[in-house]
Amino acid sequence: MSTQIEQQETETEADEETEPEVESPGERRRAQRDERQAIEEAQRETEEASLDDENTITLKVFRYDPEVEGKQEPRFDDFRVPFHKGMTVLDALIYARDHYDSSLTFRHSCRQAVCGSDALFVNGKQRLGCKTQMSELDDPVRIEPLPHQEVVKDLVVDMEHFYDQMEAVEPYFDADETPDDKLEEQRQTRENREKVKMSTRCIWCGACMSSCNIAAGDNEYLGPAAINKAYRFAMDEREGENRKQERLRIIEQEHGVWRCQTQFSCTEVCPKDIPLTEHIQELKREAVKNNLKFW
Amino acid sequence: MSQSYNRGTVEDFGRWREFSAGMWAWIFHKFTGWVLVGYLFTHIAVLSTSVGVDPASAQAGSDLYTSTISGLESLLIVRFLEVGLLAVAVFHILNGIRLLMVDLGVGLESQDKSFYASLLLTGAIVVASVPTFLGGKLA
Repeated sequence: MSTQIEQQETETEADEETEPEVESPGERRRAQRDERQAIEEAQRETEEASLDDENTITLKVFRYDPEVEGKQEPRFDDFRVPFHKGMTVLDALIYARDHYDSSLTFRHSCRQAVCGSDALFVNGKQRLGCKTQMSELDDPVRIEPLPHQEVVKDLVVDMEHFYDQMEAVEPYFDADETPDDKLEEQRQTRENREKVKMSTRCIWCGACMSSCNIAAGDNEYLGPAAINKAYRFAMDEREGENRKQERLRIIEQEHGVWRCQTQFSCTEVCPKDIPLTEHIQELKREAVKNNLKFW
Repeated sequence: MSQSYNRGTVEDFGRWREFSAGMWAWIFHKFTGWVLVGYLFTHIAVLSTSVGVDPASAQAGSDLYTSTISGLESLLIVRFLEVGLLAVAVFHILNGIRLLMVDLGVGLESQDKSFYASLLLTGAIVVASVPTFLGGKLA
């Protein structure tokens, strides 16, 4: 989570102009702008000078842009960014983009591990940029787009296939019977809520899918995130037996839960600590129990 | 998944240095499994060429089966291969028990520890078996 310390932005806007002798408003604005630029320039210079001390971190960022000639060959760009306490990978990327190269492209939104936009491949592991502290990583920090997904540009990958898989398990609450009064609450027991609690934490970041060796080789495999979603609803007791049977039909198909080979890669990388393998295994047992009848 | 360009060692097994316990367990389990399948066929092939009992020569200890086995045992390389076979089989058994636990949903939080434990136990058993396999005199 981003615990960025607010930088004390020194107010550069000169409060009131000293010389009121300038006549036209246009000229005054230009004079103000020049002054501001001079101050900003000075600031940048001091900033760059301060970078020479050892409190900096080197980012090696994957760059690729199929639309620009000369950038079609993937390469790594180095950025030296000043380190501050509590800095996350996302903070560092934002700094590099804002100060060095505005064409550096990556997704981010909430900066607090909720939106799931900034799953990246950092130092050889799928991590959430906003949740990973720079202080935990070895210098230089190598930042790449998620493996096993097509790269659109720089750190941005195509998530379409991932979203298709998520949709494939019908990830919405859909009870057999709804209460007569449509506004009535559909209550869940505390125990049942506890059971699905961890699975509800998924933020659709795609880190698990990217880490999964099986999903990489089998495009039809639902993948850990989608199966976890299916678990969340299949285990919800409020939905009723019919709906559960329908859900199990999706789960237990050939490219459903049975493709999982318990490598634990997904569980290892999940930024929300969802026990994905555990959920997949439970659904496997559920599928067996559903089909094996000895009486 | 389709790639618009080659990301080289970023993908898959080029990253083996970064693999975690669960991944290594999977790789070793696959590897040992295939080795055991290979051994099984070799085993059948070798033994099926040496069956056929002749009571008289069996009495004298010079029948086909006995001579085949003692012929194999006289080769140093076969002794070492036997140690390797034991290692592979023991690991496959122990990790198989670990996977059974995983399938039953028992102790998934300590799956990495149980992998290390099965590795250590395999090592210990193999070391303990070395005198038995390499001890007898060759030929």
